[in-house]
Amino acid sequence: MSEHDHSQCRSLLASLSDYVDGTLGDELCADIERHVSECRDCRVVVDTLRKTIYLYHETAAENASVPEVVRERLYRALNLEDYLA
Amino acid sequence: MSETTTEISVEALRRGDRAEFARMVEAYSGPIHRLALKMLAHPQDAEDVLQNTFLKALQHIRGFEGRSSLSTWLYRIAANEALMLIRRQRPETPLADLGPDADDNEDFAPANLSDWCCLPEQELLTSESRARLDQAIRRLPEKLRIVFLLRDIEGLSIAETGQTLDLSETAVKTRLLRARLRLRDDLGAYYGERLGERKK
Repeated sequence: MSEHDHSQCRSLLASLSDYVDGTLGDELCADIERHVSECRDCRVVVDTLRKTIYLYHETAAENASVPEVVRERLYRALNLEDYLA
Repeated sequence: MSETTTEISVEALRRGDRAEFARMVEAYSGPIHRLALKMLAHPQDAEDVLQNTFLKALQHIRGFEGRSSLSTWLYRIAANEALMLIRRQRPETPLADLGPDADDNEDFAPANLSDWCCLPEQELLTSESRARLDQAIRRLPEKLRIVFLLRDIEGLSIAETGQTLDLSETAVKTRLLRARLRLRDDLGAYYGERLGERKK
């Protein structure tokens, strides 16, 4: 990372998941926001981490249905054919 | 998997009510199949895990005590089935790789610092990009992959993910952070290239 005291970047990293999930305490949040406003590299890490999680959340909902043939075989394996709509 | 919308009766399941079991299969087969597919990548393996999960659920439903939610219980069976399949297919995988906290001291400093957030949404989610998102998941070690899938794809809480995998919340958080940072690095390499191409 860039031209400043990197020890703060390290400690920030440990709280990053809680920060992007919005579950970090106010004080630590403020510490991160202060640091990120001064550190370009950490800002990029925070922004791209947030975007990474967002992209996975966006695509998660698209893959929730079971292909019809797989569903049929599942119902047969469970002797539930009579419940196949 | 939301149980508030499906309202499956555990009591009826325990009594052996087939119609209720079919309702449970209908409600939860999609998420379980998705988890298996993303965990294993091969459609046939995912189908095996899907079938085995519900066969085991059928076999053990009378012993389900409701200490966890029904969905957590099903995810737990599915996660175990998937991890066992991986062990069978790759017996050379060190036990530590699947076991708890072997790499707790691993350095996970971010490597990629390209700022690809500004790429337009349609470019971030092309079919090629979506394939790359899946590929990045498959590159994660199994024990990080399963935590990421349960938490960020299936939407379980940290506590539920811990219950599902028999892990402490601290261990879940540690693995989740590592998984997310690795995915960020992996996607950064890909989207960074896209960004470079746009700037040419």
